Amino acid sequence: MQRFRYLPEVTTLKLNAGACVGCGMCEAVCPHTVFAVHERKARIVDLDGCMECGACAINCPAEAITVTPGVGCAGYIIQSWIKGKENAACGGPGCC
Amino acid sequence: MTDPFKTRDCCPSKSSAGGCETSTISLMDHMPSNEPCCGPDLACASRPDERPGYILWHFVDKFIRTPAGPVPQVQTQLTRRDVRGNLAVRLGINRFEYKVAPGLYCVGTPGAEAPVVVTANYKLTFDAVRRSLHCRDAWILVLETHGINVWCAAGKGTFGTQEIIRRVKATELAQVVNHRRLIVPQLGAVGVAAHLVSKGCGFKVIWGPVRAEDLNEFLAAGNKAGPQMRKVTFTLWERLVLVPVEINNLGRHLLWLTLALFVLSGIGGGIFSITAALERSVMGLAAVAAGILAGAVAAPVLLPWLPGRAFAVKGTVTGAVAGLLVLILFWARAGTLELLALLCFTVALSSFLAMNFTGSTPFTSPTGVEKEMRKAIPVQLLAVGLSAVAWIGAGFAG
Ligand code: SF4
Ligand code: SF4
Repeated sequence: MQRFRYLPEVTTLKLNAGACVGCGMCEAVCPHTVFAVHERKARIVDLDGCMECGACAINCPAEAITVTPGVGCAGYIIQSWIKGKENAACGGPGCC
Repeated sequence: MTDPFKTRDCCPSKSSAGGCETSTISLMDHMPSNEPCCGPDLACASRPDERPGYILWHFVDKFIRTPAGPVPQVQTQLTRRDVRGNLAVRLGINRFEYKVAPGLYCVGTPGAEAPVVVTANYKLTFDAVRRSLHCRDAWILVLETHGINVWCAAGKGTFGTQEIIRRVKATELAQVVNHRRLIVPQLGAVGVAAHLVSKGCGFKVIWGPVRAEDLNEFLAAGNKAGPQMRKVTFTLWERLVLVPVEINNLGRHLLWLTLALFVLSGIGGGIFSITAALERSVMGLAAVAAGILAGAVAAPVLLPWLPGRAFAVKGTVTGAVAGLLVLILFWARAGTLELLALLCFTVALSSFLAMNFTGSTPFTSPTGVEKEMRKAIPVQLLAVGLSAVAWIGAGFAG
């Protein structure tokens, strides 16, 4: 996906390297190879490749990763502006 | 794309067991073309597995016995009926009723050591999985994702930890297989926490390839996904199949837009002129069509080659080209104000639609989309406002 790059320096992804136990799960689940695990420590190697899907965070057994996952869908975001985050529905055939 | 009808000859082709799905396809399934219309058509006799009140899927060959009860054995080659259905659903017909019942299925004649592949109950996804398991003996555990694909369902949490645990228990999978491994598509990881699945039902999650087509190779490599199997792609074909969906979603909005256009076009010196409304609406509709083509077709297709990272910028580029074509088309017919309005509108619509496409891509971060929208929407609104003013102004001037 190196050909497809989105806006840089926006992702909410954070890694607490101190908590990492080096299981390698983040590296295994990330579809954009954002992580690399070396000598039982995870490192972020491509921060701007992150699309905030949240797969790494929910699969980290040490809870060393945080990210605000969300719906990157314009229709949803417009709704959340108008009606507030709680009432915005992806709904509509527009969303998946 | 590979030909879906191509017979792969590594195992004896299984003819569909009974049913009317023969190799000749008649236009209406219930009317065999070369049979007398009311004579007994033996090929259409009920199959032994049919039960009152149920419809037996055409892709089920038979049921095999397991310690947890009968499990349907499904074909690994798609029939024309599957291909037809998949095509229709791609075009947006019947998009929300395209699912199979959740539960356990199998391909080939799997034993207690055969792999278990987990998937969604969207039929398009299920079809891709069974097709890629051609010539294999495997179990397919279908989760209830309400007819939604793995990626989107995982994002919503329906393809998730709890559903896997529930489904493993409901199907009594532990009685059917001796091992304790589930092959879960990697994109499901958004909803599935591997360590919680193993805590919840004792099965270990093995992350499978991102794309169902790679399953066969993945199994052949001893459950190893190479780097290419683990990255999402967004190929020309993958972008192209999204175009009909994008356009379909416009439906209702288009109606309102046409109506608004008609009203705005009729306003002029003489209060409201139907002739002017009709004549000028045509030009306006051409701009709408150009904007849609530029924003919902050209921008997605040309995505990697268009300048800019923000999709709104990419849409502005394609929109500008489309807008210029509209100008050339109406150069002789329209006044300066109208030309300005047409151009602004085409560009704004294209930019907005391209921005909308962010929701369909597998690489845009929500934070980024929101940032882009905060900047782009005011500009787009300004352009639309400008074009409306110019359009009405032209009505009075002309
Ligand atoms: S999943 Fe968590 S614990 Fe495991 S390597 Fe990644 S950061 Fe470290
Ligand atoms: S949020 Fe998704 S894309 Fe970002 S690092 Fe985690 S797994 Fe990768």
